[in-house]
Amino acid sequence: MFDWLQHFADWLIYSVFSIEQHTKFGDALNFFVFDTLKIALLLFVITTVMGIVNSYFPVDKVRNFLSRNKLYGLEYLFASAFGVITPFCSCSSVPLFIGFVKGGIPLGITFTYLITAPLVNEVAIAIFLGAFGFKITAIYVISGIVLGVIGGFTLGKLKLEKELSPWVQNIIANAQTEDELEEDRLTLVQRFPAILKEAFGIVKGVSLYIIIGIAIGGLMHGFLPTGFFEQYINKGQWYAVPLAVIIGVPMYSNAAGVIPVVQVLVAKGVPLGTAIAFMMGVIGLSLPEAMLLKKVMNLKMIAIYFGTIAFFMILSGYLFNIIL
Amino acid sequence: MKTIKVLGPGCPKCKATFRNTEQAVNQLGIEAQVIKIEDIEEMMRYNILTTPVLMIDEVVKVKGRIAQIDEIKEFLK
Repeated sequence: MFDWLQHFADWLIYSVFSIEQHTKFGDALNFFVFDTLKIALLLFVITTVMGIVNSYFPVDKVRNFLSRNKLYGLEYLFASAFGVITPFCSCSSVPLFIGFVKGGIPLGITFTYLITAPLVNEVAIAIFLGAFGFKITAIYVISGIVLGVIGGFTLGKLKLEKELSPWVQNIIANAQTEDELEEDRLTLVQRFPAILKEAFGIVKGVSLYIIIGIAIGGLMHGFLPTGFFEQYINKGQWYAVPLAVIIGVPMYSNAAGVIPVVQVLVAKGVPLGTAIAFMMGVIGLSLPEAMLLKKVMNLKMIAIYFGTIAFFMILSGYLFNIIL
Repeated sequence: MKTIKVLGPGCPKCKATFRNTEQAVNQLGIEAQVIKIEDIEEMMRYNILTTPVLMIDEVVKVKGRIAQIDEIKEFLK
């Protein structure tokens, strides 16, 4: 699918710049050019597609659907799947949380959505595709959805309502199916320029992180021998997976840059399950989000929320190390 | 006079929307009241789910993304 880009990178590096093939510097540069173009292209295409899908399933409709339908447990799966297709920025997590519980959606289902929305987002999917290919991306997306379902269900069972801020508890007490606010409806054709602009904005916004990530990846790709990390990190170390998740959580803002680096770590011998657990921690849980959630819940509840999710991320890591 | 409200807890996207709104108003040379709502509790009275939100005269025009200057000018005409 990306052969033509590889040809372009080969031509640019080896013919135009006359850098010799199979030198460490040449290989690193080639990797950098190829990966940057590939990921930027994928990112643009996927954010555009997601923008179109999202114009049909805006989060308001999702909320109304979930608050009106009782689906015998299937609503967890729906909430999780909706989390994948709706765009998410951590500054929306609080309005979303309130909006959901205000509409009478149970806490567990709200958490499911809140787990999957950042964990499986369009930027992560695009970069995963570029860095790891279809199979690993599918594994990541599916495990993200499952993690949202199990995590939300578990948190729902813990009966955490009393740990919410008083004003939020007040809102829950008066929960009702919402009337829709007056709003302008646009057709897809009218929206399309804005969708493209948004997609372009996303690519532009994360491009610096991607370029730094790929540059580091490119250097390691060119200069480190294959299997280099096996001597340090391998499947035999039980503590590697938990450590990976714990290190990953505070790294949120660099998600776009982290995946290309991890791609090379895996190529040089880091077990894939450990790597996936690490990336889940980076992408799915963030400290800025925790700070924002303080407005709606107490620290104990945030700790339980993060702890539960981190626990399931660690489990996934072990699981993938066994089966992949 | 139009009342424009920008709702958002202060993330970069919300700030960009607020800046674009001010510029759109200036470029059109119209009189409009631009209000920034950053308090979560107040924001939630408007029944929104994603931020930033751009409201003109109590009608939601754009939500969950940055409103562009051209778009805002179009809404204000």
